[in-house]
Amino acid sequence: MTTVETATGEAKTMVLNMGPQHPSTHGVLRVLLELDGENIVKAVPDLGYLHTGIEKSCEHLTYSQAITLTDRMDYLNPLGNNLVYCLAVEKLLGLEVPKRAQYIRVMMVELQRISSHLVWLGTHAIDLGAMSVFLYCFREREEILKIFERFAGQRMMTSYIRIGGIAVEPPAGWRQMVNGVLKMLPSRIDEYETLLTENRIWMARTKGVGYIKPEEAVAMSMTGPTLRAAGISYDNRKAFPYSSYEEFEFDVPTRTDSDCFGRYMVRVAEMRESLKIIKQAMEKITDQGPIKAEAPGIVPPQREKMKTEMEALIYHFKIFTEGFSPAPGDAYVTVESPRGELGCYVASDGSPKPLRVHFRSPSFINLQALPNIIQGQLIADAVACIGTIDIVLGDVDR
Amino acid sequence: MSEGVSQNAQVVVEHLRTWNAQAVAEVVEFHGETTIVVPREHLRAAAERCRDHLDFNLLSDATCVDRYPLEPRFELNYHLTSLPKSSKIRLRVRVSGSDPVVDSLIPVWPGAGWMEREIFDLMGLRFNGHPDLRRILLPDDWEGHPLRKDFPTQGFRDVPASASYLKKAST
Repeated sequence: MTTVETATGEAKTMVLNMGPQHPSTHGVLRVLLELDGENIVKAVPDLGYLHTGIEKSCEHLTYSQAITLTDRMDYLNPLGNNLVYCLAVEKLLGLEVPKRAQYIRVMMVELQRISSHLVWLGTHAIDLGAMSVFLYCFREREEILKIFERFAGQRMMTSYIRIGGIAVEPPAGWRQMVNGVLKMLPSRIDEYETLLTENRIWMARTKGVGYIKPEEAVAMSMTGPTLRAAGISYDNRKAFPYSSYEEFEFDVPTRTDSDCFGRYMVRVAEMRESLKIIKQAMEKITDQGPIKAEAPGIVPPQREKMKTEMEALIYHFKIFTEGFSPAPGDAYVTVESPRGELGCYVASDGSPKPLRVHFRSPSFINLQALPNIIQGQLIADAVACIGTIDIVLGDVDR
Repeated sequence: MSEGVSQNAQVVVEHLRTWNAQAVAEVVEFHGETTIVVPREHLRAAAERCRDHLDFNLLSDATCVDRYPLEPRFELNYHLTSLPKSSKIRLRVRVSGSDPVVDSLIPVWPGAGWMEREIFDLMGLRFNGHPDLRRILLPDDWEGHPLRKDFPTQGFRDVPASASYLKKAST
């Protein structure tokens, strides 16, 4: 690498501040770049601009109240956050969730995965100069958000998955809505591919950019599409199945090129796999059946029961005032979020409030490898590399 | 899950015991999860053993629990995952509040770097041999470690009540 020489003959580099207010950092990420001309010598990420102390706040709420906070971490994957927290608390309680609720959870989380990948694809493409893909992706994402709105009453902060099941029965006509999206998406994904995959500019901007060695990716604890694009087929849905994922048939797409292009191909293939899972889940979901576990004192009773049974009214009152107290112990659950391995650690000391809630957020851990990825690259490729890791700053800073 | 320590975890525990009997202080089994409590001085060696001989190649997470006012108040949990064998294990180290220092696991898994910085930032534990132990989420001039149990949720900063502002405005 050549270095700039000053009049006195000494080599000199320049430090550039990228962010926190920079459109390609996808939020408020600041990266200090040491530059030699256009080449990056060293990169130091600086984060914490969105830190809101969610883990501390969880310790001061009851177990069920904390669900609303999990929505606000990774705001492109609120259902996945709900799911991992509820799974951890359910493990702590030893609670069995009805199959019907599990399948509905799977369907919702997979819809969420597609919508998250659509946002990723759109923003990544606009970072690299392909404006129209962004508009197309957001158009399709809107259809998925409409489904969430019908199911949960909210487009983004859904809080739909609750401890012991899901919040409410699916709305009337939900099959038609989901079928509509299932019919629309395959041709639309093909459309994105015709716009990008063989596009010469896209290939020039992504192929060979942001390479990381597979063993280095594992050592840096990277997970998700980034690890799978490096040829390591690690997916929590297959390795440690949760919520009945073992009953679904799907593939885990992998690539061996481990660059921005490989990660793009993996994510596009994942969207297609998610469609398969949703289709299977819809067949498994029956029209009738329980959506919540039978667990008096933990799961709120049905509204009708409260009006006729004294016990139900007492449980309702106790759940919403005092909460419930799991036995002392701890549980760690990992799920596959669109960004990688999302983990939740919950420790109980036998009181109605958690002793400790910790989230292993995939964005935070994956971002750690950014300096390794962009070292020696051009500054324009730094934008591609930040985009390709798919970070959500709410998830990084919590 | 009630049949006790699951098969693979049993192998791990046996392996560590035969390697160094002192490295396994206690084995905790709860809801199918196995926790191996390791004395502080054996942590790095035990972690290396897990990586090299038991295929735990991915450090999934590192986190800390504060059990104040109990002593030793800190409980460090390392969640290890083995990609080839699809198994998980938890290593736990108990650390007292008077001397909250542990060996850094960066030589074993470089990915531990930011996890340890987060624990240092929010819990105030220090890691021996960490090359860049700075605050990561909070500003550099922040005082205290907010995830400790003796740190109030509202923080220490004195915020004047709105009533006193009104009083000032009216006089």
